[in-house]
Amino acid sequence: MDCCYIGIDLGSTTTKAVFLDEHERIMGRGITNSRSNYALACQVAREEAEINARFGLLRKKLEASTSIGALAEPLMAVLACNYALAQHLEQLKALHAECQEVAHAHALPQPELANVGLALDRIFSALATQAELDFHPGSTAASDFFRDLATSQYLKQATAVTRELPVSFDRLVGLFDAAIIRVENHSFAGLYREYLEFATARATADARFAPFAAEIAAAVKETAELRFTVLNIVGTGYGRLTLPFAREQIRSEILCHGLGAHYMFPDTRTVLDIGGQDTKAIQVDGDGIVTGFQMNDRCAAGCGRYLGYIADEMSIGVHELGPLALQSKKPVKINSTCTVFAGAELRELMSLGEKREDILAGLHRAIVLRAMSLLARSGGVDSEFTFTGGVARNQAVTSSLEKLVFENYGKMKINISTDSIFTGAVGAALFAKRDPKGVMADLEVSQLAKNPDCGIAATCSA
Amino acid sequence: MNAEVQKEESMVLQKKMIGEHFETLSKAGESGRKVVYTFVPGNLNELILAFDLLPVHPEVNALQSGMRKLSGDYIQEAEKQGHSEDVCTYVKCDIGMLKKGNIGPTGEKLPPPDLLLLSYTGCFTFMKWFELLKQEYGCPVVMLQVPYQAEGKITASQREFVARQLRDVVVPALEQVSGKKLDEDRLKELLASSARAEDDLVYVWESAKHKPSPIDAYFGGVYYIGPIFTAFRGLPSCEAYYRELRREVDYRIAHGMGPTTPEGELRQQKYRIVVEGPPNWTSFRDFWKIFHDEGVVMVASTYTKVGGLYEQGFRHDPARPFETLAEYCLGCYTNRNLPARVDIIAKYVEEYEADGILFNSIKSCNSFSAGQLMMLRELEKRTGKAGAFIESDLVDPRYFSAANIKNRLESYFQMLEAKRQAA
Repeated sequence: MDCCYIGIDLGSTTTKAVFLDEHERIMGRGITNSRSNYALACQVAREEAEINARFGLLRKKLEASTSIGALAEPLMAVLACNYALAQHLEQLKALHAECQEVAHAHALPQPELANVGLALDRIFSALATQAELDFHPGSTAASDFFRDLATSQYLKQATAVTRELPVSFDRLVGLFDAAIIRVENHSFAGLYREYLEFATARATADARFAPFAAEIAAAVKETAELRFTVLNIVGTGYGRLTLPFAREQIRSEILCHGLGAHYMFPDTRTVLDIGGQDTKAIQVDGDGIVTGFQMNDRCAAGCGRYLGYIADEMSIGVHELGPLALQSKKPVKINSTCTVFAGAELRELMSLGEKREDILAGLHRAIVLRAMSLLARSGGVDSEFTFTGGVARNQAVTSSLEKLVFENYGKMKINISTDSIFTGAVGAALFAKRDPKGVMADLEVSQLAKNPDCGIAATCSA
Repeated sequence: MNAEVQKEESMVLQKKMIGEHFETLSKAGESGRKVVYTFVPGNLNELILAFDLLPVHPEVNALQSGMRKLSGDYIQEAEKQGHSEDVCTYVKCDIGMLKKGNIGPTGEKLPPPDLLLLSYTGCFTFMKWFELLKQEYGCPVVMLQVPYQAEGKITASQREFVARQLRDVVVPALEQVSGKKLDEDRLKELLASSARAEDDLVYVWESAKHKPSPIDAYFGGVYYIGPIFTAFRGLPSCEAYYRELRREVDYRIAHGMGPTTPEGELRQQKYRIVVEGPPNWTSFRDFWKIFHDEGVVMVASTYTKVGGLYEQGFRHDPARPFETLAEYCLGCYTNRNLPARVDIIAKYVEEYEADGILFNSIKSCNSFSAGQLMMLRELEKRTGKAGAFIESDLVDPRYFSAANIKNRLESYFQMLEAKRQAA
């Protein structure tokens, strides 16, 4: 039985969960979209973190094995990729079924219904093939989120299929939009043993690992059945008030990002967190205690959501924006980061003949300029500077930020970790460990949110 | 918000005073009494009363409309007339109220002004506001020009400059409107009464030095300043109000009690905070509740000094009627420069043993808000106390983002807690 502390960060667009062990080491991380439902997002993120923790324990076990030890790393990579693939394929299957159901519910006349069915079959077959490539060991998925990956691939395939079949593109997009929300409101974590079986079977089919199949299967089974004892949970983020936690178990995300950043980079003194709805400039002391902060007012200009709107306008996934912007040779100067006018502005610039990548480079720079103003208001940037939150994954933002920080405050160490998006959840888990007032051992995931609506609760307990 | 609002005797008294005043105003047309519109900072209430004129304070009407959830409609009405979204929402609320029939806070119609008495202290928008009202009502405006305290102190020539205008411009204008000569003895009587009420008010402010504090000097404080900053200063009813208030405060001190709030008595006082900037009126109770729920008591505030910094030693002095009125106008909080404002707040932090400093920056009030962040930085440096910065508005409900403000405040209080535990 392993003891752990959990931090859950219910952000406005993504929900993150982190498991810490008794020595404050990260055991597992989980992340999911939270745009549909906080209750479910919280549950899924926690389950993902738990699975991630199991993978961590499995890795240790395999590394310690005298027979497999040296192969542990490539083996884990194969297992992880195939686990993710199994999960993705299952979600694609569900999405396909939902799309068909929506089409039937719309009572489309024949032969349109038949053509739509055919188009969906072709699209999802292509998506499954693509998934095999995306989740192949060695390749990394462009996004952690099913919605992002599915959206960009679906749109591409829908464009192609409408050239061959008499089906309208708008019809296909409409079906997808209705279906994806339903899929997002499902938890697939109950299937994790099946995913593990799938991953194990594929791994042990590999000639390198086949001789150890029995030992691998036993190790997988053992870690899959481990029980975690939760000593305390702390929640943070935009939706934290929906958690049925005691007062001591709710922490502001400003404090969590401060403490989380300090944990990851002990010498950091300034933290910038750009999340979905908020941007926060935070100053911390040598112990990770927040000494001052500034945040955007009610307007979400320049926050992650803005990038979401831009991606929607361009009919691409949000994860594709940064790479596209980095291709720019001549960024367009953009001053406004108004989320409401994002679409109109984009179209206006396109109509003037500006290139997509140049517009995007300008937009990314505008976001950073807004963040620079908040940083200045919070007291400036001190070394080391840490960038956290979901937008820290966007390389066009990070390179722009780096440039502007150096220009304004001089050369200094800038920390951007692949774990940046988990900073708030790490901080929350640390609060759970350090201030264990509200012990919530054995709290069931389905109890995690207040007033879960009946449909969701049924899904949770299923 | 289901809790019954607790009312103390002083609150009942104030309500009665206000009710009677607005009833008198509504009958001004029949009774033939003349009406003067004027502003709170640097108001010349004793002088107005000495002529038996009736004062109306448009910014108080605006804040009352905000508390009664009417300001949103009034502001929209003013915007329909062409007023911009970004200008002072007190102005737009007042203009909107006027366009919708000029019904005051008690539901009775307000009389039009016979004179607009513009005492120009610290707020540059006041001038434009009365320019707009002049256009609406076609009545005369008299302007008392009060020099800004750029040096951080009142000079003899500034005092003389204001006093001379009072004698040569304001008094003749009031004489003309009222049809009466100034009775200087009456003015002195009123000033003496003001000073007595001011003594009691200062006692009330300073009671916040006790632990637990028997008052909330911001949320409660805005009620405490009602009579003295508006139509009542100089009247026996005002003196009676502050005597009663002082008695209530003494009672709470003697019994170790905290202030009365809409949620009941604030018992557990975890943090003592000094506040700069006006409160948000449209979500006043929600705003107050955030602090109450966190066990926060406001031990001093600057907004409650916009109509006079009595606790810094100023008293209306009947022996020098014009000079004392001049000093009063010059000494208003909004007429002080930024270093002087920092000095005042730093002194509060020290004297009231505050844990932190909160700034509420007002979206539509550049006069109050310009330079506030610089002030906060300076205060943090000087006092070693952590500051918080939130942004809302006076009476525009569109500018109050409850989730955003709650987030900032909760973070701030958790930050104070973390600092306290680390110390």
